[in-house]
Amino acid sequence: MRSTEPVASGPPAPGGPEALGRLLQRSSRGDHAAFGELYDATAARVHGLALRVVRDPAQAEEVTQEAYLETWRTASRFDPAKGSALSWMMTIVHRKAVDRVRSAEASTRRDLTYHHRTSTPEHDSTAEAAHASLEAHRVRSALAALTDVQREAVELAYLGGYTHTEVAQLLDLPLGTAKTRIRDGLIRLRDAMGVGQ
Amino acid sequence: MTDHDHQARDLASETELSHALVGAYAVDALDESERTLFERHLAACPDCQAEVATLQEAAGVLASTSLTTPPPGLRRDVLAQIGTIRPLPPLPVQPTLAERRDELAARRGRRRRWTSTVAGVAAAAVLAVGLGVTQPWVDQPDELSPAQQVLQADDARSTSVELGKDVRATVVHSDTANSSVIRTENMPPPPTDRVYQLWYERDGVFEPAGLMPVAEDQTVQLNGEARGADGVGITVEPEGGSEEPTSEPIAEFDFGPAA
Repeated sequence: MRSTEPVASGPPAPGGPEALGRLLQRSSRGDHAAFGELYDATAARVHGLALRVVRDPAQAEEVTQEAYLETWRTASRFDPAKGSALSWMMTIVHRKAVDRVRSAEASTRRDLTYHHRTSTPEHDSTAEAAHASLEAHRVRSALAALTDVQREAVELAYLGGYTHTEVAQLLDLPLGTAKTRIRDGLIRLRDAMGVGQ
Repeated sequence: MTDHDHQARDLASETELSHALVGAYAVDALDESERTLFERHLAACPDCQAEVATLQEAAGVLASTSLTTPPPGLRRDVLAQIGTIRPLPPLPVQPTLAERRDELAARRGRRRRWTSTVAGVAAAAVLAVGLGVTQPWVDQPDELSPAQQVLQADDARSTSVELGKDVRATVVHSDTANSSVIRTENMPPPPTDRVYQLWYERDGVFEPAGLMPVAEDQTVQLNGEARGADGVGITVEPEGGSEEPTSEPIAEFDFGPAA
């Protein structure tokens, strides 16, 4: 079933995605409590993406931490007219995750001083899990609107952290074709999910 | 074929190439040099800005299938560390959605006028007399610099344009000081062999108001008179500047009706 309503792409935060924007706004004024709430409402998703891209749990934790500190520092620059607060935060963590996997240093370096915390993913709260499974279902239906090669290209780029040139090589596409597939795939996904309109 | 035709074609193909990168940019799938190139284009392309935002929103949805709660220690660390980081101040002037719509509508109307002017411009760029921008903040301890006179005038009014993520330009003009000052933040450099040129618009005529030095963050005073001007524009021009705009503005600052 495809919905025409804009997707509430926010996590199950009380009050929905607009609430995240308000928490960001309060954070930009130095409100630690608001930032704590923002963290609680988004951490599973932010860290989930970091872990998915980076793979290594210890490095993913560093990426998540860097992303939150960046979010805190630049909260005043979030502009609700340009997109959702969650998308803005996901863009920050994604960029950091991708920068991490691409830096040659990171692949060899192991920060020994970093305190490696338990890396066992914790079970998500029932409400969050239920929301996630509902949304995962919608994402799966939306992904069905993409051709196989579009879906592969988008996933390798976004979740794999590969450049479009690398995606072209991985999928055995002519150079320059992957960026078109990625764009077309994202447009279909956007239209199928009804986001950002 | 004239040099100017070549230049126009190069710019057009550069724009086309950049447009094609919009999806890859939205998912961080550009390498470092492509990213720099695209961000330069993005700063001047409202269409791409809008597309990037919606595609990022769409990509973010993919992440919703993998939720992982981070270890509790991470929350403690993050909340402890934010105490040592000062949040950045907001960018000046956050236009509301309605203002944004009005601005867009005004820009669409304005673009036609710019384009018709551009069409009438001779191919060769002629050096305008008196180009060059005055740097403010000259050492005059007891006297306000001309730029300060504008900024501190009672009728000083400020107009901001966002050119991209964290890229912003603000024009402050004052009728009593009869001058304007532009302040830029995180402004990317112009393309090779090009400069940013400032213009006053007066009744649909564009008067050269100086060339901007290349710097990300700067405050410069425009040449010419602010009184009676309808607004200020920035275009990308061949090195040395042009007598009249030869391209569409990358930013326009409407002064609106006089106070």
